[in-house]
Amino acid sequence: MSIEVNGVSYETDENGYLVNLEDWNEDVAVKLAEGEDIRMEEPHWDLIKFLRNYYEEYQIAPAVKVLTKAIAAEKGMDKKEASEFLYGMFPKGPALQACKIAGLPKPTGCV
Amino acid sequence: MVGATDASSQEVHHCGGCHAEGNGNGKFLNPTPMLDELESGPWPSFISGFKGLAERTKKPMLRGVMDQLEYSYNTKMGYWKGGLVTVDGYGAGIITRYSMIKDKFPEAAEFHTMRIQPAPGLHYNTAMLRELCDIWEKYGSGIITLHGQTGDIMLQGIEQNKVQQCFDELNRKGWDLGGAGAGMRTAVSCIGPGRCENACYDNLKLHLKTLKHFVGVLHRPEWNYKLKFKFSGCPNDCTNAIMRSDLAVIGTWRDAIQVDRDEVNAWVEKKGMDALVNQVINLCPTKAISLKDGEMHIETRDCVRCMHCLNVMPKALSPGKERGISLLMGGKNTLKVGVNMGSLVIPFMKMEDDEDIEAFIEQIEEIIDWWEDAGLDHERIGETIERVGLKQFLDGVGLEADINMVSRPRDNPYFKAPY
Repeated sequence: MSIEVNGVSYETDENGYLVNLEDWNEDVAVKLAEGEDIRMEEPHWDLIKFLRNYYEEYQIAPAVKVLTKAIAAEKGMDKKEASEFLYGMFPKGPALQACKIAGLPKPTGCV
Repeated sequence: MVGATDASSQEVHHCGGCHAEGNGNGKFLNPTPMLDELESGPWPSFISGFKGLAERTKKPMLRGVMDQLEYSYNTKMGYWKGGLVTVDGYGAGIITRYSMIKDKFPEAAEFHTMRIQPAPGLHYNTAMLRELCDIWEKYGSGIITLHGQTGDIMLQGIEQNKVQQCFDELNRKGWDLGGAGAGMRTAVSCIGPGRCENACYDNLKLHLKTLKHFVGVLHRPEWNYKLKFKFSGCPNDCTNAIMRSDLAVIGTWRDAIQVDRDEVNAWVEKKGMDALVNQVINLCPTKAISLKDGEMHIETRDCVRCMHCLNVMPKALSPGKERGISLLMGGKNTLKVGVNMGSLVIPFMKMEDDEDIEAFIEQIEEIIDWWEDAGLDHERIGETIERVGLKQFLDGVGLEADINMVSRPRDNPYFKAPY
């Protein structure tokens, strides 16, 4: 499978995740988000950038626990609010949608 | 169920699945000689069930799954892989299964499982079950496991593009997805006070209230690892809580076993003094029972609430009057540290009114908060306690150390004999 952005074709796996991490740019992210029916706004971008930085540092996508904690700390929310905020932005879950839009590989593990 | 949609109908309906013959199919299914062997033994076979369902519903998915399973038996390999499928607002509850060899078996390309939470104590009415079956046959394969190891109703076999619609319709009828992943899991409770005289607290109510409280993290997992509740009404522990749950809530009492003298005498008259000595007194694991002037005497101090005597003499003996719960923690199966049974953490807690339930949930919140910080990724709460030590855990959650926590919680892990 592949997606086309600005005349360039990018390879994706069967679930729509980018095959090559370095293919990612903001236009690609917008296109991936469209496929998930998500309109990218500032909080979305903040989270996507957080994910990409985390991945660069640790070579793994953060656990949801880490994500909610980071959001709670930054926005001054409690953990429950942070979780609702997160799912408000990405209704099908951060692992499924946020990681895809951030161009990270599909999270593994048994969910 | 065939034609079960119209509940007001006076006709007698026959369950299609039960009467379908395994082999006599009208060529809808492909030959599966290996699977057919599973039908040859004296036991009920899921293959017969699959065949009957496939013949009745003519769902290609069922045929494909059987073909792939036949292929698996030949190659001695499994061909399912996971993935991510959810419904809106949920991060868990659907177990994804894609075929790795869908080119070979396109009919079995997707076979996802929806976990549906059961009612506390598994008390359903038939209308709800009919609705569940009808909706599931409309969108999914029709295969239902009642109930899976997780305690959920497992609806097995649905395609990704039908999941949301199926969920919406189930949800409108009052069903909700169960837990999966690193969060609160579906809880299980025994039949409880509704149908069992041994229940020491209303475990069904506690189950419902607790799970409602944790419903957010049940659907959107964000802890270190899974966390399971099981609620048993008495130390017979019919849910196997002590072995299969991180948080085993088991009914107990802290005064003396109630003895009905007349019923004891009636029992002895019927079964004989030999039976009292051989089946009750001699089998008490802590020798708490003796004969005093020919009468049965129980030394409460020595009783470990193993339930043996109560089970043998159900009318004569019953749990004490001062009832409540024990909380045992850390029960789990293999992975990382091996199989563990729960250890007693809270020896006794009253569980009579809503305030008691609130106090209980508050205590659990504190325990989970501690575990979220102290625990490692993919570490069950029992493993965390084992790693850092019980004292650190007790300090962390503000519990007083108690002799019952250090010593073995029970001398006898809920011994079950065929009475």
